[in-house]
Amino acid sequence: MAAVPAASATPARPAGARPRPPYGRFRRSPLASVALHLTLIAASLAAVFPVAWLILTSIKPRNAWQSTTVELFTDPTLDNYVQVLTETSFLRWLANSLIVAALTTVIAVVIAASTGYAVSRFRFPGYRSIMWMLLVTQMFPVAILIVPIYNLMAGLGLINQLPGLVIAYLTSAVPFCAWMMKGYFDSVPVSIDEAGRLDGLTPFGTFWRLILPLSKPGLAVAAFYAFITAWAEVAYATAFMTGDDKYTLAVGLAQFVGQHKAEWGLLTASAVLIAVPAAVVFLLVQRHLVTGLTAGATKS
Amino acid sequence: MTTELADGAAAAVTRGRGRATAGSRPPGRLRRSLQTHWYAWAMCAPVVIVTAVLVGYPLLRGVYLSLTDATEANMGRTIGMNVIPATYEFVGLRNYADILTSAEFASRLGWTVVWTVVCVACHFGLGLGLAMLLNRPMRLRALYRVLLVLPWAVPSFVSAFIWRYLLNGEYGVVNAMLRAAGLPGIAWLDDPFWAKISVIVVNVWLGVPFMMLALLGGLQAIPRELHEAAEVDGASPWQRFRHITLPGLRPVSSTVILLGTIWTFNQFPVIFLVTRGGPGGSTEILVTYAYQLAFEGIRDYAGSAAWGMVILALLVVLASVYRRALHRQGEVW
Repeated sequence: MAAVPAASATPARPAGARPRPPYGRFRRSPLASVALHLTLIAASLAAVFPVAWLILTSIKPRNAWQSTTVELFTDPTLDNYVQVLTETSFLRWLANSLIVAALTTVIAVVIAASTGYAVSRFRFPGYRSIMWMLLVTQMFPVAILIVPIYNLMAGLGLINQLPGLVIAYLTSAVPFCAWMMKGYFDSVPVSIDEAGRLDGLTPFGTFWRLILPLSKPGLAVAAFYAFITAWAEVAYATAFMTGDDKYTLAVGLAQFVGQHKAEWGLLTASAVLIAVPAAVVFLLVQRHLVTGLTAGATKS
Repeated sequence: MTTELADGAAAAVTRGRGRATAGSRPPGRLRRSLQTHWYAWAMCAPVVIVTAVLVGYPLLRGVYLSLTDATEANMGRTIGMNVIPATYEFVGLRNYADILTSAEFASRLGWTVVWTVVCVACHFGLGLGLAMLLNRPMRLRALYRVLLVLPWAVPSFVSAFIWRYLLNGEYGVVNAMLRAAGLPGIAWLDDPFWAKISVIVVNVWLGVPFMMLALLGGLQAIPRELHEAAEVDGASPWQRFRHITLPGLRPVSSTVILLGTIWTFNQFPVIFLVTRGGPGGSTEILVTYAYQLAFEGIRDYAGSAAWGMVILALLVVLASVYRRALHRQGEVW
């Protein structure tokens, strides 16, 4: 790849020369600086405010959400949290969501990995059809498959069963993982494969012993996406899961604010319990997420 | 037969891959391509099989259902020991004719296009703007970055619930602030026009961080020397943006715009959880409309399946356009 000569050329730079300051740095006027920071502060406020308000509401007394005035704090209390954890099926729903999402992720990654490698490295009859299939199936909106899958599951007795939901999620998770892993494998230099093949590895051995260990970040990104997609899915879960003990979080939370009651206090507390750990994990890994998704485009 | 053999021998020689010593008989075409490609095929087999079973078969069944008059009532089911047979009938293309001639289709399609275009344009515009602001050296950059990414980090169904509360006509903080400022409150979720604005706002809020991060990565991949050289040559900031930044971003932006378009077109949770398609179905996009048909009121499975197929046709057109665009950039498949 072009990166190799470029890398070998770097030491040619005079040893004492420090990298130049980024362009434009010292030419920004104070006024421009103020405008820049004001814009970013306004944008950050817009991004953070809904979440902050959620947290503030969750620690108000149970019926304080009905207040019509803006108050930041009214008698902070953890009542909503206690109630959510002890008197509702929240923990059951959380477990259901985690089980379904984890199963979907593991199965999808295992199935998709070798295909991702094959379409990244080989050109074979059927290649175009497979790429086409991967692209189209991951674009499938719920509306296309949900009715036939619902009827098939009903025939198999899998409605209101967690495995039925996993099967439904695999329809999009498998092609998506294959597509993403292809993107990552594309960024692994082919020279590694060639070296492996020269040393007598079979194509599958090259994939299994050389490329897969090198691609752990790519696998992790694909797995993470498959996980959050499954765990935040609404349509299949709402249609398939009919019993309170089988709800996932997205369905369960909707019960708090259904047609006959509105328990925004409970809803906000559960939302915080879900969002805070999810956001922490997400912020820790987000750098890898974007590069993973656009790896095919930037080749970096 | 002779030409085929000759072809085969020539190909084996030019490729240099076929094992010339493998046998006295030159292998047939099928065998030869099996020999060369069986690895690739074997490695693709798991996905192909799973897709065929989980997507292909339901898809065919969906096509069949869309040609019938299946509803909840005539679907057939098993209650205890009693098996009630299905009684729905084949009706040909009637469902499709009904959809394509209905006013509902025109208005749902129109709103879906507006929804997709406005959302993706806002995502991209705001995302690019913020990315360019973040791409300069300044204090607190890391902090801004984390704060701005937050909407993406919260699970989307949670965000949908948050916004439904914020926009609540009576108790929502948005109206409370409007009233505090002396303005009348707005029926955000109960008025057809404002409900559309609301779902767009929610979706833009959700989608900007991803665009921002992706484009920030793209901006950082543009060699700084290009900008410096252009500056030395006297290019104005606008000229640098137009002729260096935008072309340099093209690989990233084409990917994220396609992804954003598909995600927005298929955006189920925001519409379903914020307005449930209401008021009066005014915010229903194609996807949620097909879902409501199948799972609310008297379940119209056939009609919903037909809507699904129409949506699929639209998406295939979209994918073809994208593939042609990729082709122009030199990706060959």
